[in-house]
Amino acid sequence: MTGNAAIAEAAIRAGCQCYFGYPITPQNELTEYMAANLSRRPGCTFVQAESEIAAINMVYGASVTGARAMTSSSSPGISLKQEGISYLAACQLPAVIVNMSRGGPGLGSIAAAQSDYFQSTRGGGHGDYRTIVLAPSSVQELADATHRAFELTDKYSIPVIILGDGMLGQMMEPVEFKHEAPAVPPVRANGLRGAKGRPSRFIRSFTSNPAELEELNWNLYRRYQQLQEEETTCECFMTEDAGLIVTAFGVGARIAKGAITNARAQGMKVGMFRPTTLWPFPKEQLKALSQNTQYFLDFEMNMGQMIDDVNLSLEGKGDVTFYGRPGGVIPTSSEVLRVITRLYYQKGLNS
Amino acid sequence: MEKIFTRPKSLKNAVFHYCPGCGHSVIHRLICEVIDELNIQDKTIGVPPPGCSVFAYYYFDVDMIESAHGRGAAVATGIKRANPEAIVFSYQGDGDLAAIGAGETLHAANRGENITAIFINNAVYGMTGGQMAPTTMVGMKTTTSPYGRDPQFDGHPIKMSEIIGQVEGACYVERVAVNSPANIRKAKKAIKKAFQNQIDGKGYSLVEILSPCPTNWKMGSIESWKWVEDVMSKKFPLGLIKDTTGKTHAD
Repeated sequence: MTGNAAIAEAAIRAGCQCYFGYPITPQNELTEYMAANLSRRPGCTFVQAESEIAAINMVYGASVTGARAMTSSSSPGISLKQEGISYLAACQLPAVIVNMSRGGPGLGSIAAAQSDYFQSTRGGGHGDYRTIVLAPSSVQELADATHRAFELTDKYSIPVIILGDGMLGQMMEPVEFKHEAPAVPPVRANGLRGAKGRPSRFIRSFTSNPAELEELNWNLYRRYQQLQEEETTCECFMTEDAGLIVTAFGVGARIAKGAITNARAQGMKVGMFRPTTLWPFPKEQLKALSQNTQYFLDFEMNMGQMIDDVNLSLEGKGDVTFYGRPGGVIPTSSEVLRVITRLYYQKGLNS
Repeated sequence: MEKIFTRPKSLKNAVFHYCPGCGHSVIHRLICEVIDELNIQDKTIGVPPPGCSVFAYYYFDVDMIESAHGRGAAVATGIKRANPEAIVFSYQGDGDLAAIGAGETLHAANRGENITAIFINNAVYGMTGGQMAPTTMVGMKTTTSPYGRDPQFDGHPIKMSEIIGQVEGACYVERVAVNSPANIRKAKKAIKKAFQNQIDGKGYSLVEILSPCPTNWKMGSIESWKWVEDVMSKKFPLGLIKDTTGKTHAD
């Protein structure tokens, strides 16, 4: 099954009731799977919107009613969705947004890239807000992350972004779904469905009172702090005795893992740190690794974005080298192995 | 003594913040009267826009969700698709519905979304201080057309209702005005029909309401009522534009 289809199936099984999409490569299989499957489920809806902006605003409307709603796109389309994501964040409405990212800037290319790290982890739209960002690196992980995304977004009332890329979306791998689709999609108790038996309510983000808006920002901030404490996750691969630790995420981590396995076979003590939540970033977990070594190689399929979080986490104590390939160029494991080997010897870690 | 006129149940007991002579408060009241008469207060969800009516939720006693500028049709689509039992209406100005949200409006209509759009046309961006709108009259002076709207550079006033009338999914489009007691009564009939269409599952209904903005037009209230009659409604003729419902007014 392709990664895109796996997300769609996992979303249906997570009780996603509403999907709103717009065609863009390389995520079309997701929209098409929803058109074929979600639209036929009782009580569920699929709309091919007239634009990414319309699609995210449909998600906003559906989420208001308490339904589980999602949209998906790829980099240029995610830029258009930022308006709606900011409103979702301000109104504290759950939503799942999938970005099968591609090379940029501009129209860029349709090949896999990781250049939307900043956009995903720094809010992306206007205003002082964050989204939860999950970064899977296999088709199985895409399916698992989708289920987790719906749980997290409902629990914290914060939009969740699943940051994949064109390669993850298009690749085919076996996948096991751990949940059955509910017969009736769940509806949040606090949804707006008409003021029956209760006073009318409204949801808004605008206020003419700065003190009220400040309070909203504090509310969000406190929840973001709670998230940092409770929901950061990462994978540490062969880090126990490593003299050099590669930091990478998503499909980049998968390429790095191949390189590290080969480096180990050649006797080099190399490990990998991979955040599976890009925001909140697992900075404590990374900082702990700097007890054992100071040497880090940050590898990304961009010109260096996550490296900012790596440096912040290490609090200036790490010796961090960067290697990246931007624009949709996909480096091979042997290319990364060459970089690892050179750095390993340069830093005198072989002695 | 018998009480023959009272505040509608769906209208909160609050003082409107609108300028003297503004059409919003009249239109709010008309919508609330219709909601009461159709007995749909407990299942109505309103979608107010940014703009002068951004605080509509202080007046409407129904569930409301504030939309981003121009996205009312998309938000209403999401609500209605997720919860078809709800009666969903968007409340949008001319900049909102005919400029930034023209695409969302056109495509919601084309899909035949079973929603009701209330379109307030006062020929200016009101809240932001009276800039030129897509519906600003030719020659009309605004803060961004200080020498008068020049069609050579600014285009002509756009007739959004006529455009929506061309779209198959739209079942009912009518243009009314709130510049006289007689026109206000006609406006209410149109609003009621637009809501009744949704209850009957007929599809997309649009009611355009020519509405005075004395403050930004720099006129008195009476003068602005007259301007709607003498100038605006010459370019935007009042009356039925499309009706495929096979029904006359709901009452």
